[in-house]
Order: sequence, then structure tokens, then C-alpha cells
Amino acid sequence: MSKEIVRLKVNGEWREVALPLNRLLLDALREDLVLTGSKRGCDDASCGCCAVLVDGVPVLSCVALAFSYQDCVIVTVEGIAAPGELDPVQEGYAEAGGAQCGFCTPGFLIATKALLDRHPHPTPEQIRNALSSNLCRCTGYMQIYESVKLAIERAESRAVAAGRS
Amino acid sequence: MAGETLIGKPMPMTDARSKVTGLGKYTDDISVPGMLIGRILHSPHPHARIRGIDTSRAEALEGVKAVCTGKDAPRPYGILPIGHDEGVFQIDKARYIGDNIAAVAATSAEIAEQALGLIDVDYEVLPAWLDPREAMLAADNWIHQGKPNNIEKEYHHHFGNVDEALARADFVREESYFAGEVSHAAMEPHSTLAVWDADGRMTVYSSTQVPYYLHRTLADVCEMPMSQIRVIKPLVGGGFGGKSEVIPLEIAAGVLAKKAKRPVKITYTREEVFYAHRGRPITYMDIKAGLTREGKITGLYARVVQDGGAYCGYGPVTVLYSGALLGAIYDIPNVKYDGYRVLTNKPACGAMRGHGTVNVRFAVEAMLDALAHDAGLDPLEVRRRNLLKAPCITVNGLRVTSYGLPECIERVAERSGWNEKKGKMPPGRGIGMACSHYVSGAANPIIRSNIPHTTINLKIDRDATVTVYSGAAEIGQGSDTMQVQIIAEVLSVDPQRVRLVAADTDLTPIDLGSYSSRVTFMAGNACIDAAKNMRAQLLAGVAKKLGVDPAQIDLRNEQIFVAGEAQPRMNFDQAVAAALEFQGGLVARGTYAPPEEARGGKFKGSGVGPSPSYSYSAQVVEVHVDEETGRVTVDNIIAAHDCGRALNPLTVEGQIEGSVYMGLGQALQEEMIWLDGRLMNPSLLEYRIPSTLETPEIESIIVESMDPEGPFGAKEAGEGSLAATIPAIANAVFDAVGVRINTLPITPEKVLAALEAKKKSERVKASGNGGPAGGNGNRGGSR
Repeated sequence: MSKEIVRLKVNGEWREVALPLNRLLLDALREDLVLTGSKRGCDDASCGCCAVLVDGVPVLSCVALAFSYQDCVIVTVEGIAAPGELDPVQEGYAEAGGAQCGFCTPGFLIATKALLDRHPHPTPEQIRNALSSNLCRCTGYMQIYESVKLAIERAESRAVAAGRS
Repeated sequence: MAGETLIGKPMPMTDARSKVTGLGKYTDDISVPGMLIGRILHSPHPHARIRGIDTSRAEALEGVKAVCTGKDAPRPYGILPIGHDEGVFQIDKARYIGDNIAAVAATSAEIAEQALGLIDVDYEVLPAWLDPREAMLAADNWIHQGKPNNIEKEYHHHFGNVDEALARADFVREESYFAGEVSHAAMEPHSTLAVWDADGRMTVYSSTQVPYYLHRTLADVCEMPMSQIRVIKPLVGGGFGGKSEVIPLEIAAGVLAKKAKRPVKITYTREEVFYAHRGRPITYMDIKAGLTREGKITGLYARVVQDGGAYCGYGPVTVLYSGALLGAIYDIPNVKYDGYRVLTNKPACGAMRGHGTVNVRFAVEAMLDALAHDAGLDPLEVRRRNLLKAPCITVNGLRVTSYGLPECIERVAERSGWNEKKGKMPPGRGIGMACSHYVSGAANPIIRSNIPHTTINLKIDRDATVTVYSGAAEIGQGSDTMQVQIIAEVLSVDPQRVRLVAADTDLTPIDLGSYSSRVTFMAGNACIDAAKNMRAQLLAGVAKKLGVDPAQIDLRNEQIFVAGEAQPRMNFDQAVAAALEFQGGLVARGTYAPPEEARGGKFKGSGVGPSPSYSYSAQVVEVHVDEETGRVTVDNIIAAHDCGRALNPLTVEGQIEGSVYMGLGQALQEEMIWLDGRLMNPSLLEYRIPSTLETPEIESIIVESMDPEGPFGAKEAGEGSLAATIPAIANAVFDAVGVRINTLPITPEKVLAALEAKKKSERVKASGNGGPAGGNGNRGGSR
């Protein structure tokens, strides 16, 4: 198949890559841009491991064509925080048991990030609903909820610290 | 145990940062220059003779670099020495839809796919055996020559005298139970990358729980010495048993790489994962049990038929576990077991979390609930009256060294408000309980040998880093963290100083793998041994340097103290430098092998079930049942698990909750649906594992029985809680609406049918027509 250039702003950097028109966004990220943080857990949008933020909204990249996102701003798990730093959401999952095998974690981080960006203080029901498109086979979700709680606390304390300085 | 600074404290996983940044590499994330993509051709027929395979058209396709069939690697393999019945690609027959026939390595996935379509296979379709109850009666057309009547293995065990025991019971029940087939559904699909090196060695990266067995099998099937193969386990995205035997793609990648002399990566699609399977088999269970008026179980009989699928796999072990752990959780003097592992033309089943114990536990715990009801006794009280008195040896020869089940029962009873709720729930709401147990590793290795089950090597050099070389396979359960924690504890160093090199056969000594919940107990004990040896060496060197008796030297919190002195003499870096002067690099080794007394009886099949120690769980579940739709909703689950000692409460709780979650899925919604040998739901959209919306509040309670032989008292935490969840839910459904669903999963259809049958039987009774008594709902196998 002939290729065309797709232009994406991924994790803050403009990237151009020649792709066949049927290239999935997940394959473009994983194979062409070598951002392997987003995972393929299924082939039919059922698991959420491949979620990325497109203009701030979670999108399942395993069923998205890369060319549908021409000139869009995309954030993958690698871009949630600056290199060497962790976002409160990442701290929450790392410290409260939200990541066991870690394979679903990138998708959960993206879903959680999107939720907290919109609702910094979500209700338990909002958290449960926001994470219902992502499957985790390890945790039984309890420590994922703990991780989200910890992420909220960390975000708050960072905001307080920023306010002081 | 007192005085520990790290043991018993929550510690985030050592690899957590690599996981939350997306920088950690799973096998499919790894690419190397010149890498080819492999794809496997699967059989479209459940049972067919292969008359011929013509690969010439595929080979001629531009971009195809290797095409392999069974002729390229004819040696059969299998995880058990008694079960080498599977070729990487089949030569004579295809035995299930999805069986492996040939494979292609090409310069792109698209070309590889296209090439599969150009392989011509001439099949002669044979009648297929799809139901184990029919397959085991087959007079001919057996799936494997040498397995008459399609019976892979059968075992018959009898301890005490069950007939006599049932004859003197006040209440006897005979019930049939059924459990549908379930699969692991780890989020990471299996992936293998085999890299052919310039010097003719092969490095294989694979998503495996068992690098050592993979290493052996690759050497055997690829016909290369083990020394020419290196197996590396990158991050693994969950296993649950689905990666605990060698999976066809792992060998296929090796065979393709050897032929192409190029790196080859194969990653399964989710559909292929379901067909590769090795999950929990369809199980038919006929149970008989007797109870006295006082609530003492007199005897227990089980006849179990497992639908093993087309190859042996772990099958004989599964059916032996079903028998070995059938009654051994309680003090039951008379136990009889007839177990059959039957071959059918479906994907092979294997080990899945709670291996072999889960379905029989469902049946036995549901049976106890029913018997307690017959006797007018509280089911929780019935468990109390049948407890073992540890330490002891069960009737089938299992050595019980620690037994926290009584405390588990009391803790969940108290936390749930059992006494206030049982029998007093409003209509449509119910409460149920059940117990389970599991091994902390198998006392006997799969391949009989006298090699320790785990060896750990330690190294300290001038940088004063403590490097741990461990073959144990972290698959998400936290075993790397556990080992770092133990080494740091024993050496009194900051865990940050400890670096773990894991599961790389060029570097790390043998560990048998992550299965049967063996790693904490076995690798944990080997870590203690290694760290003690290292500590002794280090302190001997320091003593020599200081000119002091080694007995006078202590190492605490990275400081060297001499007896009687308040101020430390050296820090850890200085201590290492001192010790290095006398011997160069510090190296130490630790090992673990289960003690002889833990290895079980001498009868046929007694090798499976023995463990150095057993975990226990008790659970209470509350449900509500919608009588209009039959839908069961679990409101909450309280699970108490005796893990001996929670080395890391954070990961122990994660393991308990994860086990309960998986039990919940099997109880209510997970089932592989088969039609003519074809899986009707090979995707996560259709095979529905619970999402956040279906998962209730799970509360885990840690019970610590301090096992005398476990590392710091620890035993397993990762599997034992799964089995209790299922019968606890079934028993709660009975409490809510008065019907017993004896077949899994407990779907709305089955609940509605049982409610209908119950109403009908009540109407018949009310009209005085007699009729069959008791609305016993769904009997096993009535599908």
C-alpha cells in the first residue's frame, strides 16, 4: 500500500512519519515511533491497554486509524510526566499497588489522568465508571482505587506546595 | 518474629517506576535489527489426519524467509516427562481447532499472514471427540495412539472406609456438580522473540513463568545443547498459569529463527491466546458426603471427570491436585477419590490459578452447605467442628505445619456480622461462606532430580552494591520485591542498595519457575540462606581487618558495631572495602529444597499435593438476587487468608484481592463456550472478565500463622483465596432465594430456571400431588 505523511504532536514533540493509510494509531506509536508504553491486550477495543489521550480525551488506539488524528495532540503513558519525573497519577499507581503485572497500567493511567483533569475530586462512583473501559486481571481493582485516592492526595499536596512557593 | 525493619512493612514493587512510565519492556516491546515477524498456521478442524503439506507457494512469496512444518522439528515435547505428546507443528494429525500445523517468518506481519494463506494442507477429517463423557467410552478413533479410550490418566485413591463412614452418618447427600471451562486471560498476550546470534547461539526472550523449563524444551526440540541457548524473561504481563508450561509459539519462534538464521518474533493475537489456553478444564463432579447430627463429616467421596483437551500438558497433575486437596483442608478420616483426565478434540487445558483445587472446592463447600442445612446446623459452625489439629499429617499423607484456618473463620465471621445476618437477611438477599487452601509450592519437582528447587547467588564488589542473581520469574506478583526485601533485611542494608538480576539463564541459577505458589516459600528461603552466608563472609573480613573476634562484630542498619561500643566503627561501604582486601569479590550462595518429610506418601500419585506448607482462606459473601431476571449481584466479599507471615502486606493484599476477583469471574460470568470444537467467545468482548462495574468491594484480612519453615514464617498468598469465593457465592445465592445452582457459572438463566422449578415443585406440593421433593435446581452437566 502506498504511504502518506501523518503529522502528530506526540508527548509534546511534532513527529512526521510516512504510513500506509490503514495504519492503526497503536501500531504507528509502538512500531513507527517506538513508543511501546501503550500496549496491545486485545484486538477489539475491549481491554483499554492501548488508551492514549487525544486532545485530552482517552482514545483506544488499537481501533483508531493514525490518519484520523492528523495534526492532533497525543499523550501516551511516556508523556504523562516530564522525563525523570512522575505525575501524581503515576506515583499513586506505583506506590499503592495499582500496578501488579503493569500491562494494563498505561491504559489505567491514561483513563485516570483524563478523569482527574476533568474532576480533581471525583466521587467513588465517578472513579468506578471512568475506569470501567479498562480491564485489569491482577488487582481486583481495590488497589487501583487506592492508587487513584493516593494520586488525588499527591496532586493536592503538590498544589498546596506550589501555592506556598 | 521481632526486630525486623523491612519484613512485614508495605513496600512498593521494585519495578513499579518502569511500569508506570511505560519504559519497562515486555517481550513484544523488544525489537532487534533484522527482526522477522512469525505467524502460525492453525488447524481449522478439531480432528483430522494430515495427508500432506505443500509450502512451496508460501516459500516463493517475496519477503518470506522461512517456512517450518513438523519435519523441521519432529521431537515431541510436553511439560511433564510422562506427557511428551505434542509436536511444535503436527505431522500426523491435527487434534483441535487451533492446533499448530506450520509457521512462517517474513519481513512483515502482512507478508507472513499472506504466506499462511499459501500453505496447502491436505486434511482427512476425522470424527471429533468433544464431550469427555463420550470420549472416555470410545472404542476406536482415539486422539492419541497409546491412550486407549482417550483416557490420559486415571487415579483411584481410598483412605479409611468411605462406605462404612457414609452408612453411619445421620445425613448423606449425593450431588452432581459441573464447572465450565475458564481461561487465564492475562492482559499480556503471549510473545516470544528468538534471536539467532552471530556465533550460532540463540537468545530467546519470552513471556514465561518457567524460563528453566522453556530452556530445556527449546534445547530438546531445536536439537541444540542447552549451553547454546539463553532464555531471558522480560517483564511479564500476568500469567495465572497460562505461561507456566511451554506454549507452542515459544518453540515455533525458536525453530523459525534457527531455520532463517534471523531474529523472529511471534506475538499471539487475543484469539490465539484463547486457543493456546491451558486453562481450567470443564469438570464433572459427583460428590457423596455424610454428616453426623453433631456436624462431624464422616466421609467424602468424589468422582471427577476433567475435559483435558487434546494434549497431556499438566493434566495428570491437575487431576491429582483435585484428589489430594479434596478433603485435606478439614479433618476427614475417610476420603475416596476417582479421578479421570480425558482427552478431547479441544485446546489442551492446564494449570490455572488454584490448579486442580478450584472446581472440587466449589463442589465440596457447596455440599457442606447443603448438608449443614439438612442437619439444621450453621454452615460456619460445621467448618469449626471439622478442623485439623496442626501440626499433623492428613489421611492422604500431607504434612500440615501451620494452620490458620480457625482464625480465618473467626475473623470473617466477626467482620461480616455472620451471626447477626445468617438466616436473617431480607428476601432476595443472602449471605454465604466457604473455605479453601493451597500449596506453598510443590514438594516434588516436575522433573525428578536432587537439584535444589531454587538457588540464589549474591555478589558484592567495590561499588558496594548487593547484586542478587535469581532465576525466579516475576510475573506481576511481586517476587522480585520480596527477594530484595529479604536480602536487605538479612544483610541490614537499604533495599536501594540491592539490585536484582532475574530470570536470565546465562546469568542466574536455576529456579523452577513461578507456579504452584512456590516462589515466596522456596526462593524466599534460598534468599535467607544466601544472605546469611554473605553476611558471615562480610563480617569475617571486617573482623580480620579490625583484629576483632568475628563473634564480636555486628552489622545493623548499614553500620558495623563492635560489641560493647555505642559508636559504629564503619559504614557499609567501608566494611565491603575491608572484606574485599582478604578475598576479592564477595560471592555467596543460598539454596532451598523441601525437606524429605514434606514430600508425601508412597502410593501412586502421591507425589502431587505434598508441599512444605499450606495456606488457608475463609470467606463470607453477601449477594442479592433479582428474582425477575435471575441476576446475581455480589455486594461484598470479605476474605481472610492465612499466608503465614505477610512479608509485604501491600502485595499480599493485592494477591488476595486478585484471587477473589478471579473466583468472582468464574462464579458468575466467565465460561468458554464450545460449539463443534470451535470456541464461540475467543475475545475479551465475549469472554467477559469482570470490569470495575461487576466487581464488588473486596476486603482482605491477613492472618499470620507463622509457619515454622517459611521464610520469616511466610507461605503462599497468590492462589489459595480463589477457590473459596466461588462456593461462598453459590451458598449465598441459596441463602437469598433457596435454590442451589450446582453448575458454574451461575448465570441468570440458571437461576431463573431453578426458581421456576422451585415454584413448580412448591405448587405441586401445595396441591397434594406428591411429586419430586425439593427444588434442587440445576444438576451437573445439564447443559
